[in-house]
Amino acid sequence: MAIPLLSLIVFTPAVGAAALMFIRNDDVVRWMALGVTVLDFALCIAMLGGFDTSTHEMQFTETRPWVPALGITYALGIDGISAPFVFLTALLGWICVLASWVAIDRKVKEFMVSLLAMQALMLGVFCALDLFLFYVFWEAMLIPMYVIIGVWGGDGRVYAAFKFFLYTLAGSLMFLIGVIVLYFHGGETFDIRTLMAQDLPFQVQSWLFFAFLIAFAVKVPMVPVHTWLPDAHVQAPTAGSIILAAVLLKMGAYGFLRFSLPMLPEATVHYSTLMLVLSAVAIVYGGLLALAQDDLKKLVAYSSISHMGLVTLGIFTLNLRGLEGGILQMFNHGVTTGALFLSVGLIYERTHTRSIADYGGLMKAAPVYTAFLALFTLSSMALPGTSSFVGELLVLSAAFAANLAVGAAAVLGALLGAAYLLGMYRKVALGPASIGMRFKIRDVNAREIAAILPLAVFVLWIGLYPKPFLEIIDASVKHLLAQVHGKGGAQ
Amino acid sequence: MSIRPLLAVAVAGLAVLAILLLNKREQLRDAVSPLAAIAMFAIVASMAPTVLAGGTVDLRLFEILPGIDFAFRVDALGMVFATVSSLLWIVASIYSIGYMRHLNEHAQTRFFACFAASLAAAAGGAFAANLFTLVIFYEVLSLVTYPLVYHHEDEEGWTGSRKYLVYLMGASKSVLLAALALTYHIAGSLDFVAGGLLAGVDASAPLLTVVYFCYLFGFAKAAVMPMHAWLPAAMVAPTPVSALLHAVAVVKMGVFCVLRVVFHVFGAGLVGGLGLGIATAYVVSFTILMASIYALTRDDLKARLAYSTVSQLSYIVLGAVLLSPVAMVGGIIHIAAHAFSKITLFFCAGSIYCASGKRNISDMAGIGRRLPWTMGAFFVGSLSMIGVPPTAGFISKWYLALGSVEAGEIPFLIVLLVSSVLNAAYFLPVSYVAFFGTEAQECPATVREIPMLTIPLVATAILSVAMGIFPDYFLALAERVVR
Repeated sequence: MAIPLLSLIVFTPAVGAAALMFIRNDDVVRWMALGVTVLDFALCIAMLGGFDTSTHEMQFTETRPWVPALGITYALGIDGISAPFVFLTALLGWICVLASWVAIDRKVKEFMVSLLAMQALMLGVFCALDLFLFYVFWEAMLIPMYVIIGVWGGDGRVYAAFKFFLYTLAGSLMFLIGVIVLYFHGGETFDIRTLMAQDLPFQVQSWLFFAFLIAFAVKVPMVPVHTWLPDAHVQAPTAGSIILAAVLLKMGAYGFLRFSLPMLPEATVHYSTLMLVLSAVAIVYGGLLALAQDDLKKLVAYSSISHMGLVTLGIFTLNLRGLEGGILQMFNHGVTTGALFLSVGLIYERTHTRSIADYGGLMKAAPVYTAFLALFTLSSMALPGTSSFVGELLVLSAAFAANLAVGAAAVLGALLGAAYLLGMYRKVALGPASIGMRFKIRDVNAREIAAILPLAVFVLWIGLYPKPFLEIIDASVKHLLAQVHGKGGAQ
Repeated sequence: MSIRPLLAVAVAGLAVLAILLLNKREQLRDAVSPLAAIAMFAIVASMAPTVLAGGTVDLRLFEILPGIDFAFRVDALGMVFATVSSLLWIVASIYSIGYMRHLNEHAQTRFFACFAASLAAAAGGAFAANLFTLVIFYEVLSLVTYPLVYHHEDEEGWTGSRKYLVYLMGASKSVLLAALALTYHIAGSLDFVAGGLLAGVDASAPLLTVVYFCYLFGFAKAAVMPMHAWLPAAMVAPTPVSALLHAVAVVKMGVFCVLRVVFHVFGAGLVGGLGLGIATAYVVSFTILMASIYALTRDDLKARLAYSTVSQLSYIVLGAVLLSPVAMVGGIIHIAAHAFSKITLFFCAGSIYCASGKRNISDMAGIGRRLPWTMGAFFVGSLSMIGVPPTAGFISKWYLALGSVEAGEIPFLIVLLVSSVLNAAYFLPVSYVAFFGTEAQECPATVREIPMLTIPLVATAILSVAMGIFPDYFLALAERVVR
């Protein structure tokens, strides 16, 4: 038996979290957390190094019996759809530690433990091949996130954490019902690969589709179940916002890709127009909301709703470009929005204000910082040459193929994106230095550059050379399409 | 395969780095731009023989998406644009140094760095082998010129630059984005193809018409009305920027993109078949006449020149969409003719401003007696804009007029003639006032020619005449495009 690489990846942060509990010195805690997350990231690189891009089959699989009586197994494995997100999660792990280095100054140990636990559970979600195991990771994730927002958040943290918890818990309950129905209709197994091969009656598929839709739509989040997101983002500490935006939001879309599409193909095809319309609504509505914000974090949060609408739009075009663009855009959104939240966090540490109206002329005070901010702003608005543009072009061309009106709505979202992002950058970085900003603002230091630079590299790398990323997902996406259309009828 | 197209872009890119590194050492820093300009021109010129002989210089770097590469392809149309912008950069870089030093401007490092970056973007756009690569450089050009527009960082600068960005980014993130996505959806590729990428594809005529107009207005740098308002707003920039960028590199990037779309994305056959050529001709004719009328009403010299540019850019598009070979040649060589003459006029405006601080034409009475070289060059530039032989503007207008006759479209011949009259009406009074106007107060003796400004503007005035007498190079390239 080979080295159980995925188990190592998933449990390294968990073991690290357990070990941290016994350490008292805050600095040692920070360095250890950094060490653990960097090790985990190295393991992920090793995983990608051994990843076979020519197959859609699950790789690095591990299977051990867990509760044989119920057909529950401990099964891990990744394919081209989950691999990018395992990588993304591990990448942001150590970036989050760096982002919390000085921002978190009380209960450092508890914070790092929560952060590492969160990472282990998120990795578990992306690696799980057993539905029950998936559900365990999925639900357990709520707890450390609740703690991160509720303990280290801003003034309204308790309300925000509770709202986050309620929304996602309500969604998860629908998911649980769906899981149980799937278990009984799918031959009393929790094995995801077996369940994908089942041919469920259309009636069952439809009910399950809507149960899953509610669960995943809360996570994405899609309009109208998005209202927890701005509150959670505004109150969460920087690392919490990064995790929320970069990884947690992807889980909803990942749920669609892993469950709805392959397991419920007929329902997916049948309701795809509804999903396209919902996505278009999220794109435009999220964009309009972002346009009206004065709070930096709220602006980025609402832009996430708009951008994740583009992701679900791509997914439910149910064609190759749309799916590949959607998945690429999930990754890009993780990198870009994670970086934007990090940028907002860095400046908030210096000025203690998030109101755009308080800023102005930052370019003069912190040129390196504003250069990074410019790059991520441009990437978020999908300027040609940055990563998001490649994804956006794929999704839009797929959207036009599916439905001209939906494509036009998505273009409107892109225009809104340019408006609120460039407007934000102009007000923050350019213009005369505002009264509140006259005091000295320190530019980014080496630790902060170490956190932000890797994200900048990905923005430009994927923007100009997305091929390696598309190669990773290609075989799996093609297989997924065959699953949808093979069972779901003609294209 | 040849790396020369990339090299041309890289020379200017490296110049940006060098300028930033030499931030504190002014003499060295200022030497970088002219040297890079000469190097770029040499690289561009080295590819000219191949292109004139009917060949192309290709460089495919890597695949972005299936059907989309990051690639360069130097052909005749790109060569016209690249020759003009790299040649004029040499002159403009010397002029810029003189201008910035004379006025003791702030943020000179940023200015020269952005200036060089603009030229890198212009060269990249000229040599782009497909829409994807072209649009990357197109957007980079918008971004790196933005700090040049807000250079003065005063109220006027922030307002003008905001309008600049709103128009350019607004157009590209809406209609241009839609056009690109639709093209990729319809054709599965974004390559430039002789005869048209979209020629012969299976798509409905209304959809193709929508895509076409999305391109026409999406490339807002072409300043076809109503997408023109950014150009007068951009005049808040220092004059060398208005000269090289907003009369040559940026605006020519716009019309260059439109020409690419007409020739190599849709193809003359499809544009004609769908009846888009004549429709566009009416749109740009309106722009030609309307912008000239605006120009008549402007007393600020730079504003008058800006509206004149809006008008002249539409000549280029008009030539292309008339779809007769002669008119196309006229449109293409007007890229060069307008560049040489308009940069002269802007240089003159800057020279007047540096020497006397004057911006309004009504204040310039008698200034020609103090600045004979400047105002002499201005007169030559004006003649070229009007289209008087033997200047460059005459050649392109001649081809354009002949082309409208060849296409059997007499209304556009009338547009050209009326517009020439209007050109005369707003340009000649400037020279008249400068040489023969009598001012209330005698122009102070401190107003005199500044050699570092005068030499470049005389050089471009000579170029304007030289191209009128020896148009062979640009004519040969234009005929290669049309053939």
